[in-house]
Amino acid sequence: MRILEYFLPTKRSAATAKDRLQIVIARERAQVSAQDYLPSLQKDLIDVIRKYVTVEDGQVQLQVDHVDGCDVLEINVQLPPPRRSMARI
Amino acid sequence: MSRIIVVTSGKGGVGKTTTSAAIATGLALRGKRTAVVDFDIGLRNLDIIMGCERRVVYDFVNVIQGEARLRQALIKDKRLENLSILPASQTRDKTALTLEGVKKVLDELSADFDVIVCDSPAGIEHGAFAAMYWADEAIVVTNPEVSSVRDSDRIIGLLASKTKRAIDGDAPVREHLLLSRYDARRAKRGEMLSVADVLEILAIPLLGVIPESPAVLESSNSGTPVVLNGRSEAGEAYLEAVERLLGRDVPHRFLNGKPRGILSRLFGN
Repeated sequence: MRILEYFLPTKRSAATAKDRLQIVIARERAQVSAQDYLPSLQKDLIDVIRKYVTVEDGQVQLQVDHVDGCDVLEINVQLPPPRRSMARI
Repeated sequence: MSRIIVVTSGKGGVGKTTTSAAIATGLALRGKRTAVVDFDIGLRNLDIIMGCERRVVYDFVNVIQGEARLRQALIKDKRLENLSILPASQTRDKTALTLEGVKKVLDELSADFDVIVCDSPAGIEHGAFAAMYWADEAIVVTNPEVSSVRDSDRIIGLLASKTKRAIDGDAPVREHLLLSRYDARRAKRGEMLSVADVLEILAIPLLGVIPESPAVLESSNSGTPVVLNGRSEAGEAYLEAVERLLGRDVPHRFLNGKPRGILSRLFGN
């Protein structure tokens, strides 16, 4: 019965809902937009790296992390074992 | 060309089919030749909400696959002569909705209708994409509740990236927010996300606010779109939204709820 609510403390959970939504949505928007460009960035990077060293597709890894409120793009390139004929960089 | 409007939400159970039925019926009431198409292949429900479930002979998939003519599958509404329903298939797989097949049906509908309302299935799978792909406009149905708002944000992102308009770089799909199942009193008490909260998060123009109303269930029980079911708050709120879709600048009457008497304040729910 509503009459009781005038004497009981009300819960204001909408503010919590809004805060949680704003955080999760900001993160998801960043991830979704990163997912859109990551595959083509990876392809372009592989092409550039191949001008200098021989790498397989799987040896160039990209990922976006969310660290301390910042988006960090991590690029991990696994180089082949050194060979003299390739050492031109 | 007719206006193609997709009714979408991401999350299920927020009122897409209720909204599709109400908006399509409202547009027909305002004189627009309107077709409403059920894209929820395998989980057909628009027919039962519109009250024509016993008149389904052929369906959307039959038309796409050339097993029936569009004219045979379209069901003319018995209440409004300028309103027709294209039911979904109950037995097929949703992959039967090819983008080209959908386009062919929409093009054919365009010849006879001013507005085509596409009732999207929930989720972000094939059926939902097929429903939004060719759209000019989108009504994003959202409840003032965290999971619904989050899913709406995803859908808004997809409208801006995966539709024909987005892919071709044309003018973007025009988005409208429809906030349904709203309880202005609870929002005022801080128990429910308010219209302003949801607008701030989703940042698309507000088409309307549909108050939580027993009339919605009563209407679905009887197979009468809520805009035709006597005078109810939800029905009037949908008709208001229809006016805005038609470009009329009408004031929002359901943002703050109805004024209540002392007895209902004390003893109502």
